[in-house]
Amino acid sequence: MPEKIFRVNMTDLSTSIEAVPDDWAGLGGRGLTSTIVAAEVPPTCHPLGPNNKIVFAPGLLSGTAAANSGRISCGAKSPLTGTIKEANAGGTSAQIMAKMGCKALIIEGQHQDDSWYSLRLTSDGATIEKEEELIGKGNFAVVETLAQRLSESTGLMSIGQAGEMQMAAANISIKDPDGHLRSCGRGGLGAVMGSKKIKFISLDAGEGKVEIADMEKFRAANKTFAKALVDHPVSQALGTYGTNVLVNIINEAGGLPTRNFTNGQFEGHEQISGETMHDLIVERGGKPRHNCHRGCVINCSQIYNDTAGKFKTSGFEYESIWAMGADCAVDNLDQIAEMDHILDDIGIDTIETAVAFGVAMEGGVLNFGDSDEMIRILIDEVAKGTPLGRIIGSGAGNVGKTYGVTRVPVVKNQAIPAYDPRAIKGIGITYATSTQGADHTMGYTIATEILNVGGAADPLSKKGQVELSRNLQIATAAIDSTGMCLFIAFAALDDATCLPALIDMINARFGINLTADDVTNLGMSILKTEHNFNLAAGFTNKDDRLPEFFELESLPPHNVLWDFSGEEIDTFWDF
Amino acid sequence: MQVQVKLFAFFREGRFKEEGRELTDNTIVGQVVDDLDIDREEVGVLMINSRHCQFDTVLRDNDILAIFPVIGGG
Repeated sequence: MPEKIFRVNMTDLSTSIEAVPDDWAGLGGRGLTSTIVAAEVPPTCHPLGPNNKIVFAPGLLSGTAAANSGRISCGAKSPLTGTIKEANAGGTSAQIMAKMGCKALIIEGQHQDDSWYSLRLTSDGATIEKEEELIGKGNFAVVETLAQRLSESTGLMSIGQAGEMQMAAANISIKDPDGHLRSCGRGGLGAVMGSKKIKFISLDAGEGKVEIADMEKFRAANKTFAKALVDHPVSQALGTYGTNVLVNIINEAGGLPTRNFTNGQFEGHEQISGETMHDLIVERGGKPRHNCHRGCVINCSQIYNDTAGKFKTSGFEYESIWAMGADCAVDNLDQIAEMDHILDDIGIDTIETAVAFGVAMEGGVLNFGDSDEMIRILIDEVAKGTPLGRIIGSGAGNVGKTYGVTRVPVVKNQAIPAYDPRAIKGIGITYATSTQGADHTMGYTIATEILNVGGAADPLSKKGQVELSRNLQIATAAIDSTGMCLFIAFAALDDATCLPALIDMINARFGINLTADDVTNLGMSILKTEHNFNLAAGFTNKDDRLPEFFELESLPPHNVLWDFSGEEIDTFWDF
Repeated sequence: MQVQVKLFAFFREGRFKEEGRELTDNTIVGQVVDDLDIDREEVGVLMINSRHCQFDTVLRDNDILAIFPVIGGG
């Protein structure tokens, strides 16, 4: 069916269906959300006010049989960073949205009463309904209740208590095929959804299907593409150990931020590693492999059970485990799993919240390693919105200001993730220059610096790092527009058949003739669109800097400092 | 000379996590890999004392050698 734009205006509670403007036709995912936000949101607006908009878009290949194409992008101006923001996640929503012919959902305005609402998306458009029963409830209660009220197979995007209270670290949860949750995690998009007073969005495509212009060509390209993914050894390791396989190697490289970024190695690394996690999962009858959306051939997710063999969490990621683990000096994987579950339920970003805890530990709010107190604070303070809960739930930068801490690992007020930029310098360039605050996924130089995928670069040297980060950020912006999971990049970097097959699939889907250069140009143009939004919002090159402590405090075991000059960092934008 | 060898992910299966090994002077990393019956094709990353190295890097007394298969995440 022809693609449409669904628009929801919360000011007057109206909905409409619009034709796709020509300029947007070739875009999907992040390319589309960022283009719409840049076109329609005043850059200086308050992120939680009536002029911000929240946009959801499936990728160009979502809803087709293309392997690993089930990512949904969500974009807005971020209440955490004040920059443009896109966060993407797996789950079933992207595929359902694409099948109903919805190219993007734009939610705008703000209703002037205290009521809460939900949205229902079908092939006929969006409808707005009042919601009372689920207000104040966590995401798991939302999933369970709606499975009864609607159906098991209904797609679902929801916010927990953190989003309702508009905490700057609140995320948006996306239901996966088994009723577990994935997250559009970073940048507080859940708070923007909360500011629109929308508790959840349900999606049903009915019999809708994505049309393919050249099915034969599409099938052939998908076969080549899927084979490249399945054959790559990184995919195989991801299916066995999950992303958490990284704990031990980043620790060994001396770049695992520990105790609020005061050490590059954590003595408890083995207890929280992917190897230990795999053994516990098998021992307790969980699943080491699990797909967050249909069609994924990598299966990096998992089902992690508690000691009684009962489901505890899924999508148990390296970044989350590092943040609650090494950064807070917690070496107990079951405690970390408990927190992961609670964070999913409250609907708040695991990276931001746990790094906020690390800063709070430094500020004397609680002790390093005290996971019992972390769990108590999550349940008694964050979920209930007490003053301490709101301080933590508003992110690491906020905690640092509140408690007078100077070692605050944030860029553009977003918490730095699981790789210390002093010991792994290329990723520091990504943190500094990303259009969305510190975010490893924007240009994952770790692949080259540490993992020897897509070449090699010395992580302790500055040489070639700006160029490496730039090339990866451009490629990532393009991949984030296809609906593809970023983990296709490992195969794309090493296997010459992978990227051409991906482009062939896009061409076969739409009956067009994109070249590799077109895809690179798309990536560049997305970055520039996002960068220009930030400049118009008041950001300058001086915001593309890491916190001062990285230049003052050397990091063991390599005893290294962050030593890029501002001028060197600024060359990133020379393209 | 004494070298501490660490293995990761599936390289541990049927082998060990960490083990001290007595080696003759000037042994290269590739030799240790071969002696462990690890296929060089499966090796993704090698580190000595937390720095990346190659198969032909010469080991020194008290080095810590880490051997990883091809892995990724993020």
